[in-house]
Amino acid sequence: MRRHRTLWFWVFVGPFALGLALFTYVPLLWSVGLSFFDAHNTVTPTRFTGLDNYTAMLRDAAFRDSLKTFLLFTAFIVPVTYGFSLALALMVNRVRRARAFFRSVFFLPAACSYVVAALIWKMSIFSGVRFGLANTVLGLFGSDSVAWLSTTDPPWYWLVIVTVRLWLQAGFYMILFLAGLQRIDPALYEAAAVDGARPGWTVLRHITLPQLRGTSVAVVLLLVVNAFQAFDEFYNLLSDARGYPPYARPPLVYLYYTALGQGQDLGLGSAGAVILALVIAVVTVAQARWLRLGRTDGDG
Amino acid sequence: MTISRRTLLAAGAGTGLLAACGSNTGRGGGGSGPRLSQWYHQYGEPGTERAVQRYAAAFKKAEVSVQWRPGNYDQQTAAALLTDSGPDVFEVNGPTLDQIRGGQVLDLTDLLAGVKDDFNPAVLAPKTHEGRIYGIPQVIDMQLLYYRKSLLRDAGVEPPATLDALVEAARKLTDGRTKGLFLGNDGGAGVLGGTPLYAAGFPLVTDDGRVGFDDPAAARTLGKLHRLYADESLLLGAPADWSDPSAFLQGLTAMQWSGLWALPRVRKELGDDFGVLPFPADGSRGRPAVPVGAYGAAVSARSRHKELAKEYVRWLWVRRTDYQKDFALSYGFHIPARRSLAAEAAPLREGPAADAVRFTTDHGYAQPLLWTPAGQTAYQDALSRIIKGGADPERELRAVVRKVTEEIGRVRK
Repeated sequence: MRRHRTLWFWVFVGPFALGLALFTYVPLLWSVGLSFFDAHNTVTPTRFTGLDNYTAMLRDAAFRDSLKTFLLFTAFIVPVTYGFSLALALMVNRVRRARAFFRSVFFLPAACSYVVAALIWKMSIFSGVRFGLANTVLGLFGSDSVAWLSTTDPPWYWLVIVTVRLWLQAGFYMILFLAGLQRIDPALYEAAAVDGARPGWTVLRHITLPQLRGTSVAVVLLLVVNAFQAFDEFYNLLSDARGYPPYARPPLVYLYYTALGQGQDLGLGSAGAVILALVIAVVTVAQARWLRLGRTDGDG
Repeated sequence: MTISRRTLLAAGAGTGLLAACGSNTGRGGGGSGPRLSQWYHQYGEPGTERAVQRYAAAFKKAEVSVQWRPGNYDQQTAAALLTDSGPDVFEVNGPTLDQIRGGQVLDLTDLLAGVKDDFNPAVLAPKTHEGRIYGIPQVIDMQLLYYRKSLLRDAGVEPPATLDALVEAARKLTDGRTKGLFLGNDGGAGVLGGTPLYAAGFPLVTDDGRVGFDDPAAARTLGKLHRLYADESLLLGAPADWSDPSAFLQGLTAMQWSGLWALPRVRKELGDDFGVLPFPADGSRGRPAVPVGAYGAAVSARSRHKELAKEYVRWLWVRRTDYQKDFALSYGFHIPARRSLAAEAAPLREGPAADAVRFTTDHGYAQPLLWTPAGQTAYQDALSRIIKGGADPERELRAVVRKVTEEIGRVRK
C-alpha cells in the first residue's frame, strides 16, 4: 500500500520535478558557469576568463545605468501602485450597489496581455502624432503635440510606462485589499465609533491599515518582485527594429540584447544576470527584515 | 491486465507532457529522402512567401521546407545556431564575425567559383573574412532620403545637398501640421547609424582595421544632428516607423529617410511628386552616402546535410538567375545582388529607381565586418544622447572609440 502511494507520488510529482530541474535549475547553474568563460556564440565555451565578465559588466556604464533605472522605477511604482489599489479597494468596499460590477471593471485589465496593453498605449493613446488620443486632448486646449515616447527632456516616456503598468496591475491588488478589508471584524469599527473615533483618516490609520498588515506585506512583496521582472512593457513600448534607446532601459532588457541579441555574448550576459540576482537577493532580504517577515505574535 | 482510469490518466498526462516539449523546426523526421529546412525573415511584400516556397519545391535533390519567421529574426537565428534544431539553410543579415569565427556557418567560397566578380563587391565584402565567403548575397537593399517636391517648392527650399542645408530645409518645412524630416521614432540614432560619418568622410572601420572616426570633425557632424531635434524639425512618435513610408504619404513629414523597398508604394500614391537623395555630404572631406546591405544565404555548421545544403544554396542563389530576378523585382523592390541582373532590370532604369541605383554605385557603403554588435550598441547609445540630449559629441565619441577599439582587438585576436 505504501509502495503504491510512493509510486503515485512520483507519477504526479515526477514530471513537474523533472521539468523544474531541466528548464530552471540546469539552465541557472549553466548560466553561472558560463559567466566565468568567454562564451561568444556558444553555450559550451572552452576559454576560462575568471572574473573578467564580472569586472567588464560592473565597468559598463550602460549596465550601471540600467540598474539605476530599475531601482528608480521600483522606488516609484511600488508605493504608487500600492496607494492607488488601496484607494480603489476602499472606494469599492464602500459602494452599496453594483459592487460586483465595479470589482469586475477594475479587475478586468489584469487579464490583458502586457504586450497588447503596451502596443495600445504606444500606438493609440500616446502616439506622438496629432491624432493620438492624448495629443487630441492636448489639441483641444491649443497645445502642440507631444512625442511621448521619444522626448527625453522632460522624460514623458515615464508617464507612458507608469500609467500602463498601473492600469494593468492596480485591479489585481485591489482584489487582494478587498479580501483583506472584508475580513476586518465590523465590531472593531463599532467599538471605535463608541470611543468617539471619527470616520475617515483616524479610523483608517488606527484600525483599517493595522488590520491590513498581512495583506500589505503580501502586496508589497509581489509589487517588488513584479518591478524586478519589468521587461514586457518597456521592450514593447521603446524598442524598435534597430534596438533600444539608452534611457528607461531596465537590466533585463540590456541583458537580453547582450546575451541574446546579435552579439550573443552569453558569458557577459550571464555575469550580468548573476549580478542582478545578487542585487535582488540583497533587496529582498533587506525588505524581509524591514517588514519583519516571519514574525509571530509572541515576538512582539 | 486491466487498466484503471488512474493509470490511463497518468499515462495520458505523461504523453501530453512529452508531446508539449516538441517543436516544429521544419527539419522533420519522417518521410523518405533527405529533408532540408530553410528560414527566411518575414518580408512585407505580398507574394514573396509563396515565391520562395515555389523555388524550394522546384529543387529535386531534397525536400525543402520553408519557414517564414516573423518577429526578431536576427535574434531567432543567432539562438537557433546554438542548437541542433536550427535551420540547415537560412538568410542572414551578416553573418557576424563572431558567428564566422565561432564556426557556426560554413565556408561557401567554392559556390561562387567563376561568378564571384558578378556579385556586387560592396555587399560581398562584409560577408567575406580572410578571403573566404560565408554568405551568398540574395538582393541588395539600400536606404535613401525621400522628399515631397511640391512641399519643398511651396516653401522655396531646394533639395538639400549638404547636411547644413538639410537641417535648414527641415526647419523651413516644419509647420503646425507637417514636420520637416522623419528619421525614425528614435530621432535617427537607430537607422542612420554610421551614415552621417561616411557622409563626412569617416568610415566606421578603416581598411587596416582601426576606428575610422576618431576625429573632431566627425563629432562636429554628429553635433549638427542635434540641431534637427532642438529645432523641433523631426517627426517623432509616428504610428509606423522609418521603414514604412506611411508618415511621408500621410503628409506628416515633408522628407523621410526610408528604404528602396518603399519606392513602389510612394510612386503609386504620389506619382511624380517626390524625389530621392543620398544622405548629404558634410565638411571638406565629405561626400554623399547611402547604406547598402544584403541578406545573404548561409548554411548552418550544425546541418545534418551540409553538402546538400550547400548544393541547394548554389542552385538557388548562384545558378537560378530567373528566380533571383523574380525574388528581387516581382514582389518588393530590391536591386539584384548580381551586377549582370541589375543591369538588365527594366524597373531600375528610369526615374527615382535609376537614381537609387546610381547612389548605390557612387555612394554606397556597407557596414564592415569588424563593426561588432557591441560596438554598434555603444555608438547608437552615444548618437541617441547626442541627438536628443544634446550631449557633447566629442566626449561621447571618445567613449565609443575606446569601446570599438576594444572590440576590434577582441575579434582580431
